[in-house]
Amino acid sequence: MELLQKYRDPELGKQILLRIKHQVGRPLRIMEVCGTHTVAISRFGIRELLHGILDFRSGPGCPVCVTDSGEIDQMVELAKLPNVIVVTFGDLMKVPGSYSSLSQEKTKGCDVRIVYSPLDGLKIARDNPQKQVVFLGIGFETTIPVFSLCLEEAMEKGIGNFSVLSAQKTVPPALEALLNDAAINIDGFILPGHVSAILGRQCFEFLASKYNMPAVITGFEPVDILAAVALLCEMICQGQAKVLNAYTRVVREEGNPAAKSAIDKFFIPVPAVWRGLGLIPASGMRLREEYAMFDAGRIFEINLSPAQLLPGCVCGEVLKGKITPRECQLFGNACSPVHPVGPCMVSSEGACMAYFQYEGGMGRV
Amino acid sequence: MKDKILLAHGDGGLLTHHLILEHFIRPFNNPILAQMADAARIQVSTRDLAFTTDSFVINPIFFPGGDIGKLAVCGTVNDLAVSGAQPCFLAASFIIEEGFSLNDLDRIISSMASTAATAGVAIVAGDTKVVERGSVDKIFVNTAGIGVFSPETILGVEKIEDGDVVIINGCIGEHGMAVLSGREGLGFETSIISDCACLNQIIQELMARHATIKFMRDPTRGGLAATINEIASASAKDIYLFEDKIPVSDEVRWAAEMLGMDPLYLANEGKFVIVASREEEKEIISSLRNHTLGRNAAAIGEIRKGSGNVYLKTCLGATKLIKMPVGQQLPRIC
Repeated sequence: MELLQKYRDPELGKQILLRIKHQVGRPLRIMEVCGTHTVAISRFGIRELLHGILDFRSGPGCPVCVTDSGEIDQMVELAKLPNVIVVTFGDLMKVPGSYSSLSQEKTKGCDVRIVYSPLDGLKIARDNPQKQVVFLGIGFETTIPVFSLCLEEAMEKGIGNFSVLSAQKTVPPALEALLNDAAINIDGFILPGHVSAILGRQCFEFLASKYNMPAVITGFEPVDILAAVALLCEMICQGQAKVLNAYTRVVREEGNPAAKSAIDKFFIPVPAVWRGLGLIPASGMRLREEYAMFDAGRIFEINLSPAQLLPGCVCGEVLKGKITPRECQLFGNACSPVHPVGPCMVSSEGACMAYFQYEGGMGRV
Repeated sequence: MKDKILLAHGDGGLLTHHLILEHFIRPFNNPILAQMADAARIQVSTRDLAFTTDSFVINPIFFPGGDIGKLAVCGTVNDLAVSGAQPCFLAASFIIEEGFSLNDLDRIISSMASTAATAGVAIVAGDTKVVERGSVDKIFVNTAGIGVFSPETILGVEKIEDGDVVIINGCIGEHGMAVLSGREGLGFETSIISDCACLNQIIQELMARHATIKFMRDPTRGGLAATINEIASASAKDIYLFEDKIPVSDEVRWAAEMLGMDPLYLANEGKFVIVASREEEKEIISSLRNHTLGRNAAAIGEIRKGSGNVYLKTCLGATKLIKMPVGQQLPRIC
């Protein structure tokens, strides 16, 4: 508990803020690739305090937001099947697909349940042996090992009515896709703390070695974020490109080998479509052939019409950091948390939600 | 089936009569209810009355620190108390799902009875309906309450002035987090218990001692953020909250962080916000801290000239606009 206080120390925070302000000669554009960072930057007022010095852009770091319309359509169709219970993380409920959302289908009577962990989905399967229970698997490296554990337990306990619709994604290929897009102009990355805890610092080394891009791994407290920003600014101003770990209390060089091998046991990288970023090679996770009996995509036959883009929605541009939420025509007008048009306004970790909740109409006092 | 609620318990016949007599009237134990008249005959003074109602549909019905029955009594008692009235009488109505455990019903009723006794209010009227399985989720409870205003206390948003101070009687977010931790599928290990409590006694004591209290409200659903927004909007003043002054327990802070929630938006059931003149700030806080329900009381904000906005000064010195909550706060996924 005391540790947490240290990372929230206002005095330390203010000192680092001053250091950053002195250091930076020209406005820099920094991208965070984690929804929790996006919210923290808004929530603690870091964006406001560094306004005019740093331009924070939110990358594809919110798993709900990067889930493509086509994947949502597939989930909606699964929910409509008779005798199926669909289990999901809460944020996914209101994300609009091409023509419906899980929330709308639940209102119509489909059995859609919200849980916090995939293991709770397994319990629902045990309690409802006459039903097929499908877990909508979204998330990054942090949630994939939990699905592995879950499948391990399903096998061990002989639970045959549980499956996963795997729409999980991995972060490094998405960063590579961004760096290969000439239209995206970023000076440095703040790398996700939790994802890095699984992958390890070395998995991001390519940012510096291949793309000459400075990056810092960090945690989620204000002092964590400010310290990372200071390190990043220092590197950018000195023309250095390294991948630094400022979250050593959690992240190791090699990551978490047990979690990585749990992922590897059940899943294999496949190309995946990301909202806004399109098809990215080896960025999705599919269940290996030998575990096809848990793969909802293979168990249930679903015919889908091509996914439709949401009219006027530029979540894709927000997710690439090309624009900030405020630059979207719909932001705060046609698109708000009450009537979200795109996923970035739905998810509690979405950039638009963070801007709406914490950046709206503020005035300095 | 003797231990379950049956549809026949709601048919107005013998089982209904038995249920009401044995499971409601006996534990609630007061002479007005015991008359079993169509309406309770109660004596109230010639002073102004406060009259309110609230329905309770919480899931789960038993949670760390309370249950739907305790909540139903506290909720209505607190609505009367923060209005500045002394709660006197409650009515309680139950809509029960066929098949509901009689044992659970007894636990709920006994909890209501003891909560009402502690608060010094009598449950003098009630009703019970039983509906088919699936028509309600286990049990829904409605309570209505009557309270009496003392002649000298008039609270109101119109009394709020620039420079007034905003005070809360303790840590926020405990009820919301405790309920969430007990919810199926969202269960997680925590020692957080709901702050669910009747506030009428602490409020009566406080009002007797401090004449500069101008307004009070309990930040229940929607949390502190919603209540402060309501006060700002109704008074057409801006309210500034100071992040480092708002009491939040470490447990709630950690759990909220894990679930991606903001304690400002989490429900409370044993908290009240006070707006008072700044000159009495220290005395009010000291009075609150003398009471078990006010140990962590703190001044958390101030009223300023404005147009009904709420701002939070963060610990780093930034100023954030705090809006009304939108939609249900659901857990995040990583």
